[in-house]
Amino acid sequence: MFAYYLDLAFRSLKRNKVLTALMVIAIAVGIGASMTTLTVMRLLSGDPIPARSAHLFYAQIDPDPTPGDRKEPYDVIDYQSAVDLWSAHRADRQTLIIESPVRMRAPDVNLPATMPTMASITADFFSMFDVPFQYGNGWTAEDDTKRAQVAVISADLNQKLFGGANSVGRTLRLRDTDVRIIGVLKPWRPSPLFYMVAGAHYANGDTADLYSKTEDVFTPFFTGLELNDGNFSQYTCWHLPDHPGHLRNSPCVWVRLWVQLGDSSKVAAYKQFLDGYAAQQKVLGRVARPQNTRLRSLMQWLDYEGVVPSDVRLQTWLAFAFLAICLFNTIGLLLAKFLRRGGEIGVRRALGATRGAVFAQCLVEAGMVGLIGGLVGWLLALAGLWLVRQQSVPYADLAHLDASMFLLTFVLAIAASLLAGVLPALRASRLPLGLQLKTL
Amino acid sequence: MDILPILSTLRRHKVTAFLVILEIALTCAIVCNAVFLISQRLERMQMFSGVAEHELIQIQAVSIGKQNDAAARAQEDLIRLRQIPGVTGAALVNQVPFTNSSWNTSVKLGPNQKQATLNATQYFGENLLQTFGTRLVAGRYFNADEYLDFEAVQRDQKLQAKVGVIVITQALGERLWPGQSALGKTIYLGETSVRVIGVVAGLIRPALFNGDASAQWSMAFPLRMNVSNANRYVLRAAPNDRDRVIAGAVAALRKADPHRVIIEKKTLDEIRSGFFQNDRAMAGLLVGVCIALLVVTALGIVGLGSFWVAQRRRQIGVRRALGATRRNILNYFQTENFLLATIGIALGMVLAYGINLFLMLHYELPRLPAVYFPIGAIVLWLIGQVAVLGPAMRAAAVPPVVATRSV
Repeated sequence: MFAYYLDLAFRSLKRNKVLTALMVIAIAVGIGASMTTLTVMRLLSGDPIPARSAHLFYAQIDPDPTPGDRKEPYDVIDYQSAVDLWSAHRADRQTLIIESPVRMRAPDVNLPATMPTMASITADFFSMFDVPFQYGNGWTAEDDTKRAQVAVISADLNQKLFGGANSVGRTLRLRDTDVRIIGVLKPWRPSPLFYMVAGAHYANGDTADLYSKTEDVFTPFFTGLELNDGNFSQYTCWHLPDHPGHLRNSPCVWVRLWVQLGDSSKVAAYKQFLDGYAAQQKVLGRVARPQNTRLRSLMQWLDYEGVVPSDVRLQTWLAFAFLAICLFNTIGLLLAKFLRRGGEIGVRRALGATRGAVFAQCLVEAGMVGLIGGLVGWLLALAGLWLVRQQSVPYADLAHLDASMFLLTFVLAIAASLLAGVLPALRASRLPLGLQLKTL
Repeated sequence: MDILPILSTLRRHKVTAFLVILEIALTCAIVCNAVFLISQRLERMQMFSGVAEHELIQIQAVSIGKQNDAAARAQEDLIRLRQIPGVTGAALVNQVPFTNSSWNTSVKLGPNQKQATLNATQYFGENLLQTFGTRLVAGRYFNADEYLDFEAVQRDQKLQAKVGVIVITQALGERLWPGQSALGKTIYLGETSVRVIGVVAGLIRPALFNGDASAQWSMAFPLRMNVSNANRYVLRAAPNDRDRVIAGAVAALRKADPHRVIIEKKTLDEIRSGFFQNDRAMAGLLVGVCIALLVVTALGIVGLGSFWVAQRRRQIGVRRALGATRRNILNYFQTENFLLATIGIALGMVLAYGINLFLMLHYELPRLPAVYFPIGAIVLWLIGQVAVLGPAMRAAAVPPVVATRSV
């Protein structure tokens, strides 16, 4: 029966090509626009590290000693609190993160010096965040304390400097210090660059930069601090630091602390530890608001920071409103098409087809329009994503249609066209029989 | 033209008529808001900067080797830069408009005030205002003997009190002391106080993280930067000379210190264009959506119009046989479309207002100006009329003889 309906639908669509084309275009344009924005939206609002995100937490305290009734701590913490909390090793894993622009050369490669961003982190970083290595490994906790002069570099940088070869054991000159490369990452592109997110909630939704690539150079925290002293910038200070760019023991916040906590009891215990630390620092006069401690999970932190650019959100709304209009359009056109065939439907009904059969046949035809519309819409979505990739937004390179979105395109297209087909099919199946036959 | 027969026909096609109305209403609502968003973006892209945009160049250069005398290095750099033919001004500054990286501080109006009044940006650099080409509206710029070395001020807290004077923007003055002249007034920054000696028409902040309303809250201080605490060289040259000056400046900076990394060399026009890139892309996208929406709506009207014409062929034939002219038939369909469009537009206005309220809540947009309503109405009426013209002409071409066939 279904095959027969398909055949009927196909014939009917062929009979009035203009009307068919109009419907297909309407569905295709709506689907193309929605799928383009939906793909970008999914890309930007997704979980950057699904396997681990439930166990990753961002720790905050409010180290500003000046009185006031601020409700939220700063997005990052000061050096002393960060190192105190980190060296207590109360979490399963923990890492400190700072970044700075550093002058870099590879002494045995004939390329001019550049100024990449260097992330200075502690050993757990790589295991905590499941960072994939192409060659070599990260460093050990001992390297952190010994201030080992080692570095891990990104796949991009390895390609640029060493043509993608195994560069473990080679040397990089960072500012005036030679460090040995001990690891090269596989291409790694968390989206957003979650571990660096801070201060985004001030950006009024202008957050596209959070989706840029990872840093090119990773060095141990204390090594980085030492070799690039004077080049660090603060998030904010409550006094001017004595030496600009030198932020150890400065009245400034600038360090991120991420911890990995295996279960909810550990989370509660760590929060307690944070509270205890803040209370103790209050006694020492270093903290004014000990109640301002926070321990947000990764996704909570991204939510709090509002990382999805507001423009992208607006575009998604717009695309779906657009799809709605296209649907209304299709409903009208389907109605026109079905009612025009009153005679044919009348004959079928007179020959014994039930209302249900007529209804099903009309829906099959609507679904077929959806299928063709989905096909064209898929092409339009590919074109739309190509357009996104042409823009100079940091997430441009990520805008691709994956398998699940490909499937969703057709599911959405057929669902939309069936939805649009319900009313016209209902009307067609309820046409008064006698009247239709009489007009033949 | 008689409207009543049209209404009675429409009553027999409630669903189809309702769909057309709904489609027109939605299109009207979305297009009104989209056009408003476009105008907001375009307006933002015109944002006043207060500086001589078409004449400025920024070169960011970082020294590699050890700096023994960063201050002397900076002075020598600037002398070399000023010698480049075509350069009319050069300064080493801490920040530059539209670069998204800024130094900010809290501002208080009294020494004992607990909460800061606002947060404003701080421009440092010798001859910064003259080089930027800001327009002085009151008071004066800094005298040469008022400048202090930023490095020294930072090292010695006591020197901070000696800074003493600042130049602020008109907008900041108006915000701090509404209705009064800012000249001679004192503001408090941390533990020090400074007196306003000059007011400029405008000087935009480098980053607008605090919202566009505070875009002009800027202060300039008489502080001299050196190569260890600043890396942004700003040059001023006639628009036609800029490319040549950039090449010359890079060469001069490299010559002065071969161990340098040039991070960026751009005209302020390019920097500005990059700054508003998102707004431009969004405006472009919205224009595309508006056009697509109007086209889809028009196609919908064409489709339904054709259907109605085909359905009423015999009715039209009868009317023609009874003496209706072609023009009568044409007018009939045009009026019908006008009626549907009018109802749709009325509904669309309400919807547009609702969407605007939603956007105001979530995207900090202002209220939709009333002027968009009549414009939206006219556009949709026109589109409706253009779209229905084809089917209506086909209807008018139906010969009266149809009436005699197969009744």
